[in-house]
Amino acid sequence: MLKVRVIPTLLWKDVGLVKGERFDSWRRVGTVMPSIKVYNTREVDELILLDITATAGKREPDYEAIDELAAECFVPLTFGGGILNLEIVRKVLRAGADKVAINSALYDNTRLVSETADKFGSQCVIASLDIKKTESNAWSCFSHSGTKPTGKDPVSFAQELEKAGAGEILLTSIERDGTMVGYDLEIIQKISEVVNIPVIASGGAGNYEHMFQALKAGASAVAAAAIFHFTEQTPLEAKKYLRQKGIPVRHSQI
Amino acid sequence: MSVAIIDYGMCNLGSVRRAFEECGADVKVIDQPRDLDSADHIVLPGVGAFTKGMANLHSQGWVEALNQNALKERKPLLGICLGMQLLAEIGLEGGETKGLGFIPGRVERFISTSPEIRIPHVGWNEIHFESSPLFKGLAPGTDFYFVHSYHFVIKNAANKLSSTPYCGEFVSAVHNQNIYGVQFHPEKSQKPGFKLIQNFLSLC
Repeated sequence: MLKVRVIPTLLWKDVGLVKGERFDSWRRVGTVMPSIKVYNTREVDELILLDITATAGKREPDYEAIDELAAECFVPLTFGGGILNLEIVRKVLRAGADKVAINSALYDNTRLVSETADKFGSQCVIASLDIKKTESNAWSCFSHSGTKPTGKDPVSFAQELEKAGAGEILLTSIERDGTMVGYDLEIIQKISEVVNIPVIASGGAGNYEHMFQALKAGASAVAAAAIFHFTEQTPLEAKKYLRQKGIPVRHSQI
Repeated sequence: MSVAIIDYGMCNLGSVRRAFEECGADVKVIDQPRDLDSADHIVLPGVGAFTKGMANLHSQGWVEALNQNALKERKPLLGICLGMQLLAEIGLEGGETKGLGFIPGRVERFISTSPEIRIPHVGWNEIHFESSPLFKGLAPGTDFYFVHSYHFVIKNAANKLSSTPYCGEFVSAVHNQNIYGVQFHPEKSQKPGFKLIQNFLSLC
């Protein structure tokens, strides 16, 4: 049986790891390399590393750093931040990432998704949607680390991205990010219902029960950051909890 | 013991190289087909589309070199993910394309049987097998990391090495004498992956 994945998200700003609240008030939480080593020895299912200032700073990803990090990471590694064209995708994959998360570039057009899928396969394209509710109480997608409204409805846009060739959707609630109040279950459910590709829930996890709820709402995987940085909770314990609730999770057998 | 990892422009080469190095192998990433001649073991990695993968193997001269080293000289060959699929006679991704033909069968797209069965098949899933030198020391039911939308439909049951439950059940590892292929990514499967790589390295 396919197991659900519990995925720590590492947010990378300048040279260190950070974690914030609602895409703001970033706190430094350590350096990247020791975290990757720790997660690797703790046998996490997968890792997502997002460089949150690459696009805003108009710079390319730090390929050398990705290469060094990938060398310590024997689980699938997704890299996001500054993925603006096919050449950058090629270099990031070459440096050792297994997948790229495309975010701001999605809104210029979805061609980068289809080109990446054609060239490197859908499996390495994660469409990353940062969403929040606007004043009119409708969900909308935001680009540039949550700073720019795009006017796109995440539900129809997710379908468009699936058609363009995205292999997974990383769905992050801006309002819940770092708050640990639980995932936005309603939008997870809406999007999971209309696409056939896996949806990774992100933003708001505060305890293992939240993860269980997101999976029940239709997510194929749960990503989380604050819960692992600021509490005693761990991916391994999360999986133990989920297993008790009848959710299939991986456990190492060697 | 020297392992040649084929660089035909379709790979997560870094991950594969590091995993083999971690397992103690003398690894060479090669982009010249003639360099296969000095290798003891051959790895055909790959992510991406079947058509593009075969086109690269042809245009860069790998097909003849693989025929010589894997089919005639019978050096152990391990295909990973797309590299496993290319061992088939035919692939249907990106139009019907002729594969290397080392193992009879076709590579077809998964057809989802229910809304919960999402395509691509991404994540950790178990492999079931009877016994094989490739799986020595691994328990049936061990989880490996998969990420793919197409799978190998073999013609002869004898070529099946393992199966995995998804969309019913599919063949997740194949073999034909010295030629092995795994749909999952041992290089991204931590300890069980390293065990499999070590097993492959001890084949002769």
